[in-house]
Amino acid sequence: MLQDYPKPTLAVYKFTSCDGCQLAFLNAGVALLELTNLITIIHFAEAGFVAPTQAVDIAFVEGSISTLDEITRIQQIRAQSNYLITIGACATAGGIQALRNFAGSNNWLKDIYATSDTIDSLKTSYPISHYVKVDTELWGCPVNTAQVMVAIRSLLFNAAPQVKRDSVCMDCKRRGRVCILVSQQQSCMGPVTQTGCGSLCPGLNRACYGCYGPSENPNTQSLGAAFKKLGLSDVDVARQFHHINNQAPAFHQAGNRFKTIPIWVA
Amino acid sequence: MKKTFLKHEHFQQLLDALKEAGFACIGPQVRDGAIIYDTLTTSTQLPWGLRDFQEPGSYRLEKTAEYKAFSWANGPQALKPYLFKAEETLWRVKRDEAGKFIFEAEYAKAPAIAFIGARACDLAALAIQDKVFIEAKQIDIRYQQRRESLLIIAVNCTYASKNCFCVSAGTGPKVNHAYDLVLTEVDQGFVVQSGSERGAAILAKLTLTPASLLQIQQGALEIQQAANMQSKKIPFNNTRALGLALMNKLDHPRWLDVAERCLSCGNCTLVCPTCFCHSERDKPSLEATSSEHVREWDSCFTKGHSYITGKVIRPDTQSRYRQWLTHKVATWFEQFDVSGCVGCGRCITWCPVGIDLTEELSAMVEDFHET
Repeated sequence: MLQDYPKPTLAVYKFTSCDGCQLAFLNAGVALLELTNLITIIHFAEAGFVAPTQAVDIAFVEGSISTLDEITRIQQIRAQSNYLITIGACATAGGIQALRNFAGSNNWLKDIYATSDTIDSLKTSYPISHYVKVDTELWGCPVNTAQVMVAIRSLLFNAAPQVKRDSVCMDCKRRGRVCILVSQQQSCMGPVTQTGCGSLCPGLNRACYGCYGPSENPNTQSLGAAFKKLGLSDVDVARQFHHINNQAPAFHQAGNRFKTIPIWVA
Repeated sequence: MKKTFLKHEHFQQLLDALKEAGFACIGPQVRDGAIIYDTLTTSTQLPWGLRDFQEPGSYRLEKTAEYKAFSWANGPQALKPYLFKAEETLWRVKRDEAGKFIFEAEYAKAPAIAFIGARACDLAALAIQDKVFIEAKQIDIRYQQRRESLLIIAVNCTYASKNCFCVSAGTGPKVNHAYDLVLTEVDQGFVVQSGSERGAAILAKLTLTPASLLQIQQGALEIQQAANMQSKKIPFNNTRALGLALMNKLDHPRWLDVAERCLSCGNCTLVCPTCFCHSERDKPSLEATSSEHVREWDSCFTKGHSYITGKVIRPDTQSRYRQWLTHKVATWFEQFDVSGCVGCGRCITWCPVGIDLTEELSAMVEDFHET
């Protein structure tokens, strides 16, 4: 821990993102007050703390790297941080904006903006780990308060946070939810998606869309084949994987595979 | 014990009598397109006139012509979640003012349960879970508390789904484990029999008539029909011979074949009424002034299940699937003197890709002959 402060220090940095993951802190309620008894917040612009270049013990990073300036900034943050945790799909897997990695971003710019001269962005959106070493990844779109608080508590005990990567199905079964894939034939991503959300969508009778990223040992090929039996086309199956976590290797490869499978496959 | 007859319209009396005797009634009802067990306060909540149609990876309910309450086979769960909780605090710890740790054990809190609609396979599974949690060296106190107060109202099956194979597993469709009351549904009502003093005391409060010979015969016939409906079979009738055969097939290419289909999602193990694996973790409060030690359902399909001192012993699906199946029908005998499979078919129905353990077993042991 840094010596200048009596308590460990914490910062939350934002890159290309919607800011939603930062709400895991801001919506924490009483836990946020307890947290400020345990740590000193150095930088967290959305909460009013601004010291972007100050050294820090625990750095939470939200957002993906999608501009040149962001590459420099994440390297600076890595250099000034003891322990770096990415929060959310953008920081951990490049986010929904990484769909541009599959397309010509220059064409998109021309279509959307009157002139692209004022736009300074990379052709790609990549996760933080593409540029610097990440100590712990917290998945989710967005992450929730429990995830960040458990990670902080663990670090305060001087232990690396343990992130379970079992399937969402495990959570559905523990909560007594009826499987919507089996009983309603919904194309639910739960069997290949990492736990952590509390099986939120299946609990509301809606198929999981994989926002917590791939589970530890995902069989995307078999689940994709099952989706096809439910009537999805190869393109539909590819889109299931090329969604919020499209750059997570397991989903990236699965999407590419189904994209290129000819339609006539039985 | 003599057989009596309870009319459909008098089923509510049973619920009322159980309530009066201090039990919380848990019984079958429809939720989200499946038959699940939850608090039952009125007999109208029962799945009247509904039947489940199950296939590998598929479950749907349909209306039947008959107006019966138990003309279905099963749903995703039955007794297991009521005795072996999906998540449960085992103990708590906090610091007193001097900073000393104070530990506190956690006991079962729920009121005594009357479980209505336990099937033959469910009770066979319960007998196995009893071996795991209360007949072992280490007794699970919370399970024991709930088990001892449990009142069982069993129902003989009069229908079998396409995934049922209790006949070949040797567990049903007629209930052959201890119960307090057992019902067999026939036209207009139930043939009822008590199996304990507690059950007889409940029966004494109901409007009953002696069961006619016709009703008793119809009941027996319906149970026989449920047996005849079953097309699936587990090889070697679920005996030690199956385990022996399977343990000779640890290198069979089918393990790789099934691993290509298996999602490693853990659904089969969590719907299995005998699977008992769990993991434990600590939930410290943010300020670290207290903590709870929590146990939750785990599965041999997770990475954590085989993690031992820095190494994951079963890192791939092939080794995990093999662990599940060989334990279930082979090494289970060494551990508990019985097969871990009760033939309920839940692992087949609730597998999102419809892997059928009876087919997998058949493929692996088809050429194996007892010597």
